[in-house]
This record gives sequence, structure tokens and C-alpha cells, in this order.
Amino acid sequence: MSAGVLDSRNLNGGQKLAVKYFIVAMVLFVAQILFGLLAAIQFIAPGFLFETLDFSVNRMIHINAMVVWMLYGFIGAVYWFLEEESGVEIVGLKLGQIAFWVLTAAVAIVVLVYLFLQTGAGDDTTRWLINEGREYIEAPRWADLGIVAVLLVFFYNVAGTFAKGRWSGVSGVLTLDLVALAGLYMAGMFYTTNVTVDQYWWWWVVHLWVEATWEVLVGCIMAWSLMKLLGARRKIVQTWLYIEVALMFGSGILGLGHHYFWIGTPEYWFPIGGFFSALEPIPLVAMVVHSIYDAGVHKFQSTNHPALAWVIAHTFGNFFGAGVWGFMHTLPQINLYTHGTQWTASHGHLSFFGAYATINIAFFYLAAQQWRGNVWMGANLADNGWKWKWSMALLNFGVLGMTVALLIAGYEQSFIERAIEGSTWSGYFAGQTHYWFTQAMVWRLILGIVTAAGLVLLIWDLLTIGAGETRPALVIERHDEPGVKAAVVQTA
Amino acid sequence: MKATPLWASETFWKKTAIWVTAVSFLLLIVLTFDSMAKVSAGNSNRVPAYSVINKKIDYRLDAKLNRYMPVIGGDAPLFGNTLSNEDAERLVTLGKKTFQAKNCINCHTILGNGAYYAPDLTKAWLDPNWVDEINRETLMLAFLQDPAGNARSYGTGRKMPNLGITEDEARGLIAFLKWTAAIDTNGFPHNFKTLYAQENQ
Repeated sequence: MSAGVLDSRNLNGGQKLAVKYFIVAMVLFVAQILFGLLAAIQFIAPGFLFETLDFSVNRMIHINAMVVWMLYGFIGAVYWFLEEESGVEIVGLKLGQIAFWVLTAAVAIVVLVYLFLQTGAGDDTTRWLINEGREYIEAPRWADLGIVAVLLVFFYNVAGTFAKGRWSGVSGVLTLDLVALAGLYMAGMFYTTNVTVDQYWWWWVVHLWVEATWEVLVGCIMAWSLMKLLGARRKIVQTWLYIEVALMFGSGILGLGHHYFWIGTPEYWFPIGGFFSALEPIPLVAMVVHSIYDAGVHKFQSTNHPALAWVIAHTFGNFFGAGVWGFMHTLPQINLYTHGTQWTASHGHLSFFGAYATINIAFFYLAAQQWRGNVWMGANLADNGWKWKWSMALLNFGVLGMTVALLIAGYEQSFIERAIEGSTWSGYFAGQTHYWFTQAMVWRLILGIVTAAGLVLLIWDLLTIGAGETRPALVIERHDEPGVKAAVVQTA
Repeated sequence: MKATPLWASETFWKKTAIWVTAVSFLLLIVLTFDSMAKVSAGNSNRVPAYSVINKKIDYRLDAKLNRYMPVIGGDAPLFGNTLSNEDAERLVTLGKKTFQAKNCINCHTILGNGAYYAPDLTKAWLDPNWVDEINRETLMLAFLQDPAGNARSYGTGRKMPNLGITEDEARGLIAFLKWTAAIDTNGFPHNFKTLYAQENQ
């Protein structure tokens, strides 16, 4: 093993599989940004690619690539720490490898069909083979079955490995969360003509994934990474994790009600949805406090600076994007006007990036470090680490800028289309042609390009960081318990 | 070192997490059963039976509730054919399947959910864009089968692409949208003036 060179002998079994997931995740991240840019151009120049790659296709790939790369990142992250956390080799790793190739082949076929077939006749065949036509879960039914099968294999790997090795707070929460993750996906796998019933269950998948099970999943991932990066004490990290689970599920499960204001469901969802979704930011504040406190206690000494920086970006992004931006338009009194406007797009951009893209990027850096032989990744990196710093700055600035541009468009739409014009089609277009809206769309595109530049730099950095580095990674002496090293996560 | 107080201990929060999650989920299940009973088509006045497409549908401010409500009026059969509830459901189902097959949701919104590139379709059946009751069905049929040729982009340059919608599918879509317009959406969208607004004044 030579330090500073990408060598798979530096990785354990789970980590070898994890880097495969991470590589596909990055490819899909590129697809997300690329198709997002195409859609953003179409807001400004509607004739662009008209009837070749319509907005509907670009937007669908934009959001689907996002969902799938987030999942690839999470699955990869779990495989990454599975052996260290359980203390044994992964059970059924071979099956896990097959599942990876099955899933990746399925994703590739689905995207090709989206691109080249796009739509079909109004019958069941289209829904089974081409496109289900439900936002975020457009994948045709055959792919749904594949996704569930792969999730079951993943679950088997995780539960089997912990059962053979050792359980901990992190692994217990993680395993139960994966049951919910796989189970909830099935709530979206049936057809109904009743659009109210359709959207009711569709939100079970979309909300309970994104605002509950995904949040808890990244809570587990973050808990592990704080132990890894800072040498935070397991007891403290796990106590925080339980607090977060209590608050996250306590607010998020019934917070689902904020999606049931206007879809035909009964009025009692107003107080339930309003109250519980107002509580949803609280666990996210807890995460900020927790990560900053831990980082401060350990004097920002970490084994991997870029990863720690992205973990901290995650807590802030999660709090602002999911928490603050969500709360801003969640109460029914404002949501009557903001529901279905660019407000939602603004919230979506900051929250998905802030809550999920960030933590995945942190893991990409952990992987780059270990893959090169667990080399130094603290201060004084080669070239002063300008690439990771600039890519981080550009990505955050770009996404935040798009968020603000979309928020301005959302304000304008709420007032002009909704409050003044009353949401008719002419009202909608009055909002869309107002210069406050059109200017916002130009800024969104410009900042989308900034984001894309950040992504290019990120890829370059991930491919080169630590190359030729000969210094070994920092080993942190735990200040509270001298002699305990953080390089290997303290066991349960 | 002092013992960890109960409120800061791992076991306390572990138990709290389990109880909070279990109770929340149980409540959600109970509420889901109740909501499902109330929103099955024709079971209450929230989501109408599919045969509502035989009726005149409007959407007006309810002065007592101070919010907009669907108003189901007298006979106004779609395309002039009065349908049984089963036939109406069949037609609306064709429309809903077409709505999904053509990926409408990734430009439009319905019940406010979807993409934001094209208008919301919740009250599309009632939009003043269709001029009046007499022209509406003809205009909608023509538009859906050749959206680019009949573009209604109000100066944005945005057009709906031709999606190969057949006449049957177009009829289904119109039935689906007429039925959707009759759902009680708790007053969303607010202040919407239907194509009947003139005659109502």
C-alpha cells in the first residue's frame, strides 16, 4: 500500500462497495445540475429544445437524478461505516454487490426511456414501462419493484451485519429507519383514479421519506461522522441522536398534515399540520447546536477538514433550508397563497442541498481520504486546499443565490397571481410575465451556472485531493479521555 | 463526576424516542382511516361521485364560511351524454391515466402539487380562458389534441407541446378535470373567478 495513490487495498469490503455508490452518485449529481440548467433556460427562452427535450422531461430528470443520487450517497455512507460500526465483515456482501449493479442498470434504463420515449398512451402499460407520471416517483412500476428488492438486500446487509457483530444506538436507529424507508416506498406503488387519495398516499412517500426517515438516516450518518472526524464521545452523540429522533418523528410524522390542507382532505388537518410542522425546525436547531458544540469542544481539530466543513454546512443548510424555509410558508394562512408557487421551489432547492447533498459530499471526502491510504486531510493541504474551499464556496453561494431568486419569484407569484388575480390562467401568466418574476429567473440561471462551476471544481478536487500526500491522517487525542484515539471510532 | 441526570441520559431519550414515534404513527394511522373514509369518491360531500360530471359545477365564495366552495348545480352532461356512475368513473379513469402517462405534473400543478411551469389545473374546467359554457368543450378538445397550434401562452412564449393525445384521451382528461373542479379543496385557490363569474354578479 502506498500513501497518496488510489488503491482499493486501502478499503474494507463495505468501503469498496461504498465508493461504487459514490461514483454513480456523482454522475447523477452532474445529471441533476445539467438538466436543471436546461429547465432554467426554458423559463427564459421557452422555445429552447421545444418538442425535443421539453421542460417536463428536463424537470423530471432534474428531480429524479437528485432523489436517486441522494439515495446512492446514503446507501454508500452506510456501507462505508458498516464494518467499523459493527466490528465484523459485511454479511451477504456478494448479494450487495449484485444489488448495486441491478439498481444501476435499472436507473440507466429508466433515464434512457425518460429521454427517448418520454410519454405513452393513457393506459396501464405506460405506467408499468415508461413513466408513472407522479412527481418524484415517476419511475415506472417495474423499476419500483426493483428498487424495493434492492432496498431489501441493503436491509439484509445492514441488519445481518449488526446482528452478527455488535449493536449500538446508531445501528439500532439506522436499522429501524431502513424498515420504515422500504415500507413507506410501497405506499406509492398503486394506481387510483381518485386524485385526492392519490396525493394522500403520494405524500406518505414523499414527505415521510424526505422529512422523516431521510432526516433520521442522515442523523445516524452525522452521528457516526462526528465520532470519526472529531472523536466526539459515543454516549453524547447517541443521546443527541435519540433526542433528534424523538423531535424529528414527533414533529415530522404528524407534520405530514401540512400537505393535507388543499387536496380535498378534511379540515382537521389545518391545526394538526400547522402545529406539528411549526415544530419541525426544532430538531434541526438541535443538530446545529450539537455539531458546532462538538466541533468547538474539539477545537476544530479534525481528521478531515473538508468533510467536517461539509458536515457543518449540512447542519446549517438543514436548519435554514428545511427548517426556516419550510416554516416560512407552512402555516395554512400563508400557504393558501404560496402553495404551488416558486416558494416551494425555493424551499426545495435549499433544503435538499442543505440537508442531503452536503452530508453526501462530506462522505465523498472521507472516501477520497481513505482510498488514498488514510492520508493527511487537515490544515496545510497542498495548494492550501484552494479547490475544496472554492468549490464549497461556489456550491453554497450558487444554491443560496438560486434560493433567494426563487423566493423573490415566489413572493411575486403569491401577490400577483394569487392574491390579486385569483389564480386563473390569465392570473398565472400575469405573474409569470411581470419583470420581478422574469428578472428572478435570469438570476436563478446565473446562479445555477455558479453552482455548476462549483460542481466541476468539486469533481476535480475529489479526483486530486491527497494525491501524492505522504503524511498520515491526524490522530486525535481525545482531550476528555487522554489516550483514546479518534482515528478508529470508539466502540459501543 | 456526578451521575448524569435523568433528563440528559441516553436511556431516557431512547425511551422517549420510541414512545413519541409510536404514538405519532398510531395517531397518523387513525387519522388516515378517518380521512380515507371522508375522501372516497361520493362518500361525503368533500370528493364527489364521478357522476358529478353530469352536473353544472361552479366555484364561489361561501359568505358564511368566508371561503370559496364548489357549487354543484343542475344537469349539464359532459359532451351532452348523461353517464351512469360506472361509465363516468371509466371516463375519468381514462383521463387520470392519460394525465399520468403524459407526465402533465412536470409542467402543471394539480391541487397545487407539481411543477410550476404551467398553470394549476385544479379549477381548469372553470377557467375564464374557455370563454363560456357553449365554447368550452370544443375549445378544450381542440386544445388538448393540438396544444402547440392552439397555444394560449399569454405573452410568455411558453407553449404546451403536442403529446399525441387522442380524442378519447382528451375527452377523458376533460372529464377528469371537470370532476376535479368539484372537489372541496378548503378554499384553494382563493379568489378564483370562474367563467360563470359575470353571470353570477
